[in-house]
Amino acid sequence: MTMVAGCDVGSLTTKAVILKNNQLVATSLIRSKAKPQESARIAMDEVYGKAEVSEREIQYCVGTGYGREKLAFVNEAKSEISCHGKGAKWLMPSVKTIIDIGGQDCKVIKIDASGQAVKFVTNDKCASGTGRFLEVMAKVLGIDINELGSQTAKSKSPITMASTCTVWAQADVISFIHAGVPLEDIGAGINLAMAKRIATLANTVKPEKDICMTGGVAKNAGVLSLLEDLLGCRFKKIRKSDPQLAGAIGAALFAREQITEK
Amino acid sequence: MPVAGCDVGSLTAKAVIFEQGKILSQAVIKGYTKPEESAGEVMQLALEKASLTMADIAYAIGTGYGRERIPFVHEVESEIVCHAKGAWWNSPATRMVIDIGGQDAKAMRLDENGKVVRYIYNDKCASGTGRFLEVMADALELDLAEMGEVGQQSTEKLTISNQCVIFAETEVVSLVNEGKEVCDIVRALHSALANRVASLAKSIGIDQEIVMTGGVAKNSGVFKALGEGLQLEVKSLKGIDPQINGALGAALLAGEKAKGSNH
Repeated sequence: MTMVAGCDVGSLTTKAVILKNNQLVATSLIRSKAKPQESARIAMDEVYGKAEVSEREIQYCVGTGYGREKLAFVNEAKSEISCHGKGAKWLMPSVKTIIDIGGQDCKVIKIDASGQAVKFVTNDKCASGTGRFLEVMAKVLGIDINELGSQTAKSKSPITMASTCTVWAQADVISFIHAGVPLEDIGAGINLAMAKRIATLANTVKPEKDICMTGGVAKNAGVLSLLEDLLGCRFKKIRKSDPQLAGAIGAALFAREQITEK
Repeated sequence: MPVAGCDVGSLTAKAVIFEQGKILSQAVIKGYTKPEESAGEVMQLALEKASLTMADIAYAIGTGYGRERIPFVHEVESEIVCHAKGAWWNSPATRMVIDIGGQDAKAMRLDENGKVVRYIYNDKCASGTGRFLEVMADALELDLAEMGEVGQQSTEKLTISNQCVIFAETEVVSLVNEGKEVCDIVRALHSALANRVASLAKSIGIDQEIVMTGGVAKNSGVFKALGEGLQLEVKSLKGIDPQINGALGAALLAGEKAKGSNH
């Protein structure tokens, strides 16, 4: 029997999973705290509780995400790119390209048949094209970020955002609100701006089918469908588990490899 | 006869009235949503200071982001041309102008006749513009005008690693939470902004003498940091508010037009 764990400490959310004999037995997803160690501790305690196991029973634990170097309890830290690639492959074996949009970054990863990353592009320099863009815009609109995705389907004439920069776009949105533009048209325009930005990034690595979307923004139906249109193909929907857990699952799979190689 | 220049920027509006080689009056106001309102008010203010009315103005040129909507000007000219003109008039030794405004930054190189030979412009990304400091002043609950002074009290050198305004703001909040001194954070912000603009300027090649203009030039911290970022001496306009340089350039061009039409 193998019992391993993966922990992905992101900027906005922290994810932890436990794999028992290659089966997902428990997962947790929490909002990140100020300190990565604290976020990881809470997520791990939650996942141990759900799986009804103690920390001692975990044979190996791999950490990933931006806070990975600060975790005392992990046996090893792995890059987000390799964990996301591996996790997405496990969730969807046919996947060749993964578009992961996190709270503070965006990555497009192309993987080979073994799940190893062969080509990738990331943006963590500019808030535009990351979850943060949507967060800022939802706040300006005064709606919950989870309500943003449905605006695309409701809108008949989405606004065009003139600026890419989150700061300027925020000012644009305020002007649209003042001009009395309906909420759904502004929301749809925000989703479109986001999708365009990601499509531009994705096209630099020439995405190949099957394409899967992971990360929190995958839950925004508007961005998802607009991005499909822009890239000219339908994405494969991950159903095996929450796609936001891909990084943590990949980390756990690396942990499993360590055990089985021994 | 007197001539006028009016520069309607994103955050402020500026007007200069000029006659026979001298600035008669100048005005700076915080802008309104409508450029035409800002232009009208700032022009009126400058006219009052010079005890003139619009009828006394022989020629007026508009510039700045709102220039197409200034009702009273005879023509408009780009900010690049106006800033170059103003700075070169102030000191003909000027070969480079670096201007940081509220929502943009530009760098231009001039030849010995004051003609613009190369320029670069950033208005796409808020980082490297006055807005960067505005957002940070808000985050630190400081008045924008006092930031230069606050930064001078710094004793510890900190670095802001994010360029993006949104990410840098989060970084600032973390630094505050870590217990870092506000003055040290402010100095690091000045350097971050200056370095960003310095690399913009470097992309068109640096030529001395360098003059810094625009509202942000009033911030002594950014001014000093720009010199450090370029590793060269940066000068300020002699005896002139750096914020009115664009309006001054427009007025100088208006003067040339007025002279031309008299002959």
